[in-house]
Amino acid sequence: MSTRREFFKRALTGSAAVAGAAVCPPVQARSNAQISPDAVGLLFDSTLCVGCKACVAACKRENNLPLDYNTPDDSPWDLPLDTNARTFNVIKAYKDGAATVKDAEQGGYAFMKSSCLHCVDPSCVSACPVTAMTKDPVTGIVQYDADACIGCRYCVAACPFGIPKYDYSSPTGKIAKCELCRHRVKDGHYAACAEVCPTGATLYGKVADLKVEAKRRLALKPGQATRFPRGNISGGPDRSWEGAAARYIQRTYGETEIGGTQMLKLAAVSFEKLGQPTLPDRSFASQSETLQHTLYGGLVLPLVVLGAMAYVAKRNVKPAGEHDEEVRDERA
Amino acid sequence: MGSADPTVADSTLALDAMAEKRFGLSRRDFMQFCATLATTLGLPAGAHAAVQQAVEKAKRPSVIWLHFQECTGCTESMLRAEHPTLERLILDVISLDYHETLFAAAGHQVEAARKAAMAANKGKYLLVIEGAIPTRDNGIYCKVGNKTAIELTRECAADAAAVIAIGSCASWGGMPSTDPNPTGAVGVNKIIDKPVVTIPGCPPNPYNFLATVVHFLTFGQLPPIDKLGRPLFAYSRLVHENCERRAHFDAGRFAIEFGDDGHRKGWCLYKLGCKGPETYANCPTALFGDAGAGTWPVGCGHPCIGCTEQGVGFAKPIHTLAKVKNVEPPVSYPGIVENQGKGVTVGAAAVLAAVAGAAAGATAVFSRKLGKSNEQASAEDGKPQDRTGRV
Amino acid sequence: MSVHDHAMPAPVGGRLANPVTVSCAVLIGVAIAVLGVRFVSGLGSVTNLNDGYPWGIWVVADVVIGSAFACGGFSVAMLVYIFNRGRYHALVRPALLASLLGYTLAGVGVLFDLGRWWNFWHILWPGYASPNSVMFEVAACISLYIVVMWIEFSPAFLEKWGLHDARRKLDRMMFFFIALGTVLPMMHQSSLGSLLVVMGTQIHPLWQSIVLPLIFLISAIVMGYAVVLFESCVAAAGYRRSIEMHLLTPLSKIMLGLLGVFLVVRFGDILIRGALGRAFEPSLQALMFWVETVCFVLPFALLGSEGKRRNPANLFLAGVALMLGGVLLRINAFLIGYMTGEGWNYFPSVPEMLVTIGMFAIEVLGYIIITRRFPVLPREDHAAAAAH
Repeated sequence: MSTRREFFKRALTGSAAVAGAAVCPPVQARSNAQISPDAVGLLFDSTLCVGCKACVAACKRENNLPLDYNTPDDSPWDLPLDTNARTFNVIKAYKDGAATVKDAEQGGYAFMKSSCLHCVDPSCVSACPVTAMTKDPVTGIVQYDADACIGCRYCVAACPFGIPKYDYSSPTGKIAKCELCRHRVKDGHYAACAEVCPTGATLYGKVADLKVEAKRRLALKPGQATRFPRGNISGGPDRSWEGAAARYIQRTYGETEIGGTQMLKLAAVSFEKLGQPTLPDRSFASQSETLQHTLYGGLVLPLVVLGAMAYVAKRNVKPAGEHDEEVRDERA
Repeated sequence: MGSADPTVADSTLALDAMAEKRFGLSRRDFMQFCATLATTLGLPAGAHAAVQQAVEKAKRPSVIWLHFQECTGCTESMLRAEHPTLERLILDVISLDYHETLFAAAGHQVEAARKAAMAANKGKYLLVIEGAIPTRDNGIYCKVGNKTAIELTRECAADAAAVIAIGSCASWGGMPSTDPNPTGAVGVNKIIDKPVVTIPGCPPNPYNFLATVVHFLTFGQLPPIDKLGRPLFAYSRLVHENCERRAHFDAGRFAIEFGDDGHRKGWCLYKLGCKGPETYANCPTALFGDAGAGTWPVGCGHPCIGCTEQGVGFAKPIHTLAKVKNVEPPVSYPGIVENQGKGVTVGAAAVLAAVAGAAAGATAVFSRKLGKSNEQASAEDGKPQDRTGRV
Repeated sequence: MSVHDHAMPAPVGGRLANPVTVSCAVLIGVAIAVLGVRFVSGLGSVTNLNDGYPWGIWVVADVVIGSAFACGGFSVAMLVYIFNRGRYHALVRPALLASLLGYTLAGVGVLFDLGRWWNFWHILWPGYASPNSVMFEVAACISLYIVVMWIEFSPAFLEKWGLHDARRKLDRMMFFFIALGTVLPMMHQSSLGSLLVVMGTQIHPLWQSIVLPLIFLISAIVMGYAVVLFESCVAAAGYRRSIEMHLLTPLSKIMLGLLGVFLVVRFGDILIRGALGRAFEPSLQALMFWVETVCFVLPFALLGSEGKRRNPANLFLAGVALMLGGVLLRINAFLIGYMTGEGWNYFPSVPEMLVTIGMFAIEVLGYIIITRRFPVLPREDHAAAAAH
C-alpha cells in the first residue's frame, strides 16, 4: 500500500508532466492590445471611391490570384460576390432605389471596400491554435503562414468582418486574406490597392498619419475645396489632387471598433448600410484570452483541481484483488 | 442598281448621273459618302440608299450660318473633312447662302444675300449658329452689320425650319462663358424659344454636324436629342465607354505624369485628369476632326478635357479628376449583402427528416415497450418495479 | 439491496453479424466513400461548408456533440470515485466504453474536417502551439483525455488477454488516471463553450456569454448521465438483460439536481445580461431557444416523483430529452445562433450528413463488438439469465 508521502510524490510528478506537456506560459488577464507606433494601414474614403475596381485588379495581379468564379449567373465573369480564397479585395456597392446619386442614402449609391482591416487586437490571431495567423509586432500586419496552418477555420469563424476565407475547392486548401502586400515592401512598394487608386480613396500610410488625415477630412465643410493625397501618405512624392469635400458621416470607422483596426473608413452613408458591423470597443480576443488565462494561467487551477481529485480518488479507489469486490460501497 | 424593272433602273441611273455631275464625284465616292453618314447616324443597314436618294433628289436646302463669339474652329474643322472634301459638299449638298468666313463678298452685299435667302426660303431654311452670344449690356460685345448677336439670332431663327448650334460656344457658351464670363456669353437656346439641336465640341466632329443635316434632309426632321439638345446618335455614350485605353483603367494601369513609363505605354489617363468618364461624345469611335486614324486627344496621349460637356469643358481644371458617371451599381458590383452558400435542399431535408423521424419513432416505440414491461412487472409484484425492468 | 451489486463485468457473447451490425457496416462504408471524395477533391466537393459557415455538422455534431455524448464515462467515474458512490460502479465500464468510442471518433472526426490535416500535430508542438487559443486548449485536453481513457479502459483488454500482472501494476496507478480523467473533460467540455467567446457579437445574445464554459460543462455532465440512462435501457433491450433500475433511479435523481443547477445558471445568466427579451422575438433563434429549453425542462415532468423515476420508460424518455436538449444547445450556439453576416446560408449536404451518420454507426458497431467480446457489461445474475 502506498503511503501518503508516496501519493503526494506521485501527484507532484504527474502534475509536472502535465504542465510540461502543455506549453502554457503564465499570461494573465489583459485588456485590449495596444497599437504599434509604426503600424501601417489603409484609409478608405467611400466618398472618393469612383468604383473603378483598379484596386481589385491590382490586388489580383500582385498576389498572383487566379480567376474567380464566385459570380452570379447574370453578371459579367470574374465579378466576385465577396472576398474569398481567390479574391482578397472587393469593392461592394450600396444601392437604394434608382441608385442615381452618389453617396446619398436615399435613392443613391456608395462604394465600400471589403478587405482585411488588420485589427489592432485581432480575433483571428487569438483564435489560431497553431500561430499560423500572426500579427507583425512592428507593422501590425495580420499575416498568415500556410505551412503552419492546420485548416481548422477557427479564424474564419472568429473574424467579425468575415475576412479570412478558406479554399473549399482544394484538397490542400489554404486560408486567404489581405496581408497588405507585405511581400512587396522589400521592393519599395506598398499595398497595391493604394498604389493604383486613382483618387486616393484607398490611401496607404502609418496609422498615426491616416488618423490625422481622417480627422482633417471630417472637419471640412461639405463642398469645401481641399487636397486629397494619393498613394502613400507617409512617404513618396506628393500626388495629391484638389477636389471638394463630401458630406461625411462624423465617424471614423475602425478607430475604436473591437480595440481599433489599422484600416480606417470614412463615408457619407451610414456604416451599417455599408455592411460594417456595429462592434463594441473591447476586443473579443482580449475577452477570450482573459477567460482562458483566468482558468488556465500557469495551469494553476487545473493542477489544484487535479491534486484534489487525485487525493480523493486515491482514497476511493482500491487496487483490484482477485475480484473487484473491494471497491468500497457506501450504503445508505 | 440591279433592278429587274428597266424604267426604275433607268431613272436611278439618271439620278446617279445627275448626282455625279452635280457633286463632281465618282459614283463610288458618292456612295461611300452616303454610307459614312448613314453609319454615323447609326441607321440600319441599307439606309445609305435612302440617304443617297435624299441627297440626290432633294432641292439643296438653304443654310444660313452665323458667327458670333468664337474662333471659327468649327468651320475650320468642317473645311478639313475629306470624305469627300467638304467645301464641295457645302456648296453642292446644301445651298450655303450666308457664311461670313466662306463668302467671297463682303459688307452690305452679304447682308442683302442673307435677307434674300431668308425671304426666298421662308420657313424652310436651316439656321446654323457658331459661337456664343454675349448678353451683358444688351449684347453690345458682338455686332455684325450693326446688329447684336441677340438681334441677329432672333431675326434669323424666326422663320427657320430648324436651328442647329454648332460647337460648344453656341451650345451653352463654351469657352467665352468661362468664369467670370465678362460678356455674359450664353448658348443659342437661352436666346430663342425654338428647340435647338446642339453639336458641342471644340471643335465638333464634322460628321456629327453633317449627319444631323442629312438626317433632316432624309427624314424631314432633326434626329432624337438628349436633354441638352445633343443628337443621341453621337452623344449618348461616354467617351470612357468606348475608349481605347479603357482596359488600362479597368486593370488599374494609370499614367501618373506626362512622359512617365505608364504614359509612354499608353496607359489610362484618368489620373492626369481625363474627363472621359463624365463626357458624352463619340470621339473614341468617330475620332476627332477628320485628321486620320487614331487622331483624337486621348489617342495622342492627352486627357480628354470634356469639351462636349457643359460644366466640364472650360469649367473644370484640365488636370482635376473626373467624376465617373458610368457606374451601374446594380449590374457590375456585388451588393453589400449577397446570397452565398448552399441552403437546404429537398434531398438534405429528406435525409434529416428521415433520421429524425426514425429516431422519434424508435424512441416512441421503445418507451411504450418499457412502459408496458413496467406495468407488467408492477402487476406481478404488486408494487412498483424496482430492479428488473425487463424488455 | 444486495451486496452483490458489483457484478463482475463479462463479455455478453453471441454472434457479431446481425441486422444492426450489418446496417452499421453499410453506413460506415458509405461514409468512407464520401470521405474518399473529400480527401481527393476538397471539403467543398462533399460538404456545404462555406466562408459564412466554416464550421458545419462535422465540427458541431461529430466533435462538439459527439464528445458531449461521450461524457457518460466522465460523469459516472466522477460519481463513483470522487463522490464515492461505489454502488454505481457497474455503470462505469459501459459508460467508459461509450466515452472512449465517442472521444476517439471525435478526435478522428476532427481530422476529416481539418483543411490541412497533415499539419495536425502542430497544435501540440511547441513553437506552433498557441496557448492563447481556446482551440489549443480543447485539442490538447481531448488528445490527452483519449489516451487517459484508453488507459482507464485497458483493464477490460488486460482481463480478456489474461495479463493479470500488468493489470495489478496499472491498478496501483489507476487513481491518478481517474483523477486526470475527471479534470481533463471538465477542462475541454467547458472550453468547447469558450470557443465561442472570441466570436463576440457574431453569436446570438441568447447563447453568447462569458459563462459559456460553465454552461457547457454542466450540460455536458448532465448529458453524460442522460446518455447512461439511454444506453442502459437500450443495452438491456438489445441484449435482453435486466435494466439496472436500482442504479438508474437514484442516478436520475442526481441528474435532476444537476439539471436544476444548470437551469439556474442558464437563465440567471440570460437575465443578468438582459438578453431574455431576445427570446420573445419572432425569429428562428428564439424558437430554437424555446425548443431547447423545453427539452431541458421536460425531465422535471418525467422524473418529478420517486414513482415516476422507477418507470424505465420515463427514465428513457428523460434521457432522450436531455440528450436532445444538449444537442440543441450546441447546435443553437454554434450554428443557429451564429450570425455570420447577412446573406449566408448553410444546411448540411446529404454526403455531409452521411459521414456524420457513419460516424455514429462506427460508435454503435464498436460498442456492440466490444461488449460482446470483452468484459464490459456487468455479468447477468443467474436468475435473470435463466429467464431468457
